[in-house]
Amino acid sequence: MSTATATALRGTLRIATAGSVDDGKSTLIGRLLHDTKTVFEDQLSAVIKASRRYGDGETNLALLTDGLRAEREQGITIDVAHRYFATPERSFIVADTPGHAQYTRNMVTGASTADVAIVLVDARHGVVEQTRRHAFIATLLAVKGIVVAVNKMDLIDWDEAEFDIIAKEVEAYVEALPTPVPVVAIPLSALLGDNVVGGSVHTPWYDGPPLLQLLEQFDNQPRIAVGPRLHVQRVIRPQGGEFADFRGYAGVLSGGTLAVGDTVTVQPNGITSTVRALHRAGRPVERAEIGHALVVELADKVDVARGDVLVGADSATPAHVGETVEIDICWMIDAPLTVGSRYWFKHGSRTGRATVTAIDHCHDLATLERVPTDRLGLNDLGHIRLQLSEPIVADRYVDNPDGGRLILIDEATNTTAGAAMVTSIAP
Amino acid sequence: MSLDVNLDTGSSDAAQAQHEAAHLHLDVLTDEAITIIREVAAECENPVLLFSGGKDSAVLLHLALLAFAPARLPFPVMHVDTGHNFAEVIEYRDRLVADWGVRLVVASVQESIDAGRVVEDTGPRASRNRLQSVTLLDAIGEHGFDAAFGGGRRDEDKARAKERILSFRDRQGRWDPRQQRPEPWGVLNARIRKGEHLRAFPLSNWTEVDIWNYIALHEVPLPSIYYSHTRTVVERDGMLLSVGGPVVLEDGEAPFDAVVRYRTVGDASCTGAVESTARTVQDVIAEVAAARITERGATRADDTFSESAMEDRKREGYF
Repeated sequence: MSTATATALRGTLRIATAGSVDDGKSTLIGRLLHDTKTVFEDQLSAVIKASRRYGDGETNLALLTDGLRAEREQGITIDVAHRYFATPERSFIVADTPGHAQYTRNMVTGASTADVAIVLVDARHGVVEQTRRHAFIATLLAVKGIVVAVNKMDLIDWDEAEFDIIAKEVEAYVEALPTPVPVVAIPLSALLGDNVVGGSVHTPWYDGPPLLQLLEQFDNQPRIAVGPRLHVQRVIRPQGGEFADFRGYAGVLSGGTLAVGDTVTVQPNGITSTVRALHRAGRPVERAEIGHALVVELADKVDVARGDVLVGADSATPAHVGETVEIDICWMIDAPLTVGSRYWFKHGSRTGRATVTAIDHCHDLATLERVPTDRLGLNDLGHIRLQLSEPIVADRYVDNPDGGRLILIDEATNTTAGAAMVTSIAP
Repeated sequence: MSLDVNLDTGSSDAAQAQHEAAHLHLDVLTDEAITIIREVAAECENPVLLFSGGKDSAVLLHLALLAFAPARLPFPVMHVDTGHNFAEVIEYRDRLVADWGVRLVVASVQESIDAGRVVEDTGPRASRNRLQSVTLLDAIGEHGFDAAFGGGRRDEDKARAKERILSFRDRQGRWDPRQQRPEPWGVLNARIRKGEHLRAFPLSNWTEVDIWNYIALHEVPLPSIYYSHTRTVVERDGMLLSVGGPVVLEDGEAPFDAVVRYRTVGDASCTGAVESTARTVQDVIAEVAAARITERGATRADDTFSESAMEDRKREGYF
């Protein structure tokens, strides 16, 4: 895991927590919030009051994030909760995700936007099925690093050998995955605070930083640059007044930087033009980075509509245009996905119909085996093929996650049914 | 507002250097919010922006103007008016919509009461806060709005922490926290059937400090009551409530003058002031950074009713 230079400003870090039930995810976040002075007095007194009501012996910091009545009554995390804290170094957005296998879809959602996944392991139990499952999902979703928080070290007397076994097992497991990422392990106690914000007197054998310091220094720069892409969300046309001739294309930049004067191709129709001006948050800019919300003016009057994509003409990797796609998908609804099923798809700003033409396999998350199947059920992860009603301009997810992701929407209920990562696109 | 206006005139060089890390974060949040606003406006036929005159809705409206500049805001704003307002807030609302050239729709809780849609609580502690949900849902139905932007933030309350960016409401306007649509990668699914609607929360990932940093950076005007002033108040349940409006004095309560400001602006009957000498945006930022009590805990009697007060109100269709 690389460390940014001391002088470089570090941007917002998005974190997802994962791990099995009762590994202490919510307690760890509660500890981070508490020890960075992010918890307010009225929140703390409400937590103390609630801890007594639910019969938790001491102040249960998990109640800081388990906000729904059902969660507090059952003592579990059901849905993703978002929490925020900042240090003088950087700001953090934390998605606290559920540990139960039946809420895997919520873990996928929480990890989808994360730079870093913190996978908790109960030191007493070591690596369990959920550890492997969540590490696999995190790498599939292309987090930039995994922190293995070996929690409850106090309950195994801060045993270095036990810690090493767990750390090496996760490292070896992730190394063998299709898309490995760097792994760092930390021995800690979320309950007592050791190695969370400050260090620990119990781990003289551990020479790494405490968790917070590791997160403060984590380099979250994009790992890949395919070249600039901008999915047009909306055409900005003032229609009258001093900006009567203004025509701008609004969208978020992904895949690479874009500057005034750059040549872009409008896909899928293939027309080429030059960037005349860029605007970000209402102000002109000469150059834009990945993630910036832009309005792009082109030098030529070309036909551009919502759903089209502006692609840098000199992209390192050309964007693929096609309506036959292969995807990894996490299934998120009860009604199973089968061959011949039809859904809405949304990719970038383009929506259309999708028909399932093949189910290649389902990932057995415990063994990592590819199991042949004719259906995907709730929380299954599988590899399938889709025929789309219209072409999309896409990247493979491993090349550019922003251009390689799509969702399927159930036609009957309109709910989001699947989260998909493109592995190949063909005409 | 034009694309060329340089809005960045708020703070001195020294202060800006100090807040550089925070502003880097603010840029991320600003890009995210603008993207959400554009996407919902593109996907929905008839959106509306809920505008209370409070700081969050002022920031939301400012972001919405930036999202479509130099074009005009492509949807109206709506104020759900409890009739229990601070005079300064209504004056501010009318001035802002005129200055910024946006179309204002007012939905009146008083009209809901007069029409018999809701029954008002009586007694000295009656509040119209909860009644707003009915007026809001009626107005959404009456105008056929299919999406309503709100300034809600996940850091405000533990139930809000579970809220989606684009949140589904059924035909009765109800929120079901157990049946929320997943939002992988923040991809927004805006598909609904007739009679259902969506709530969109572009400020989901903002904190109170982020809001104030944005107000400072962009010089967003606010109602004067957000800054320190002298006011006649009464202390009730640890909160300072303004005297002279809808708050009715109880036996033994003695009003007194205090130097206060408001941390949130809501229904005047249940929104408390905090003692403060913060007269400028920078004063407020320093005060908020040092605060030890959450804004809702300090200022909203309605949220301290019970542990799940906000979850219960949200299920009924509240903001």
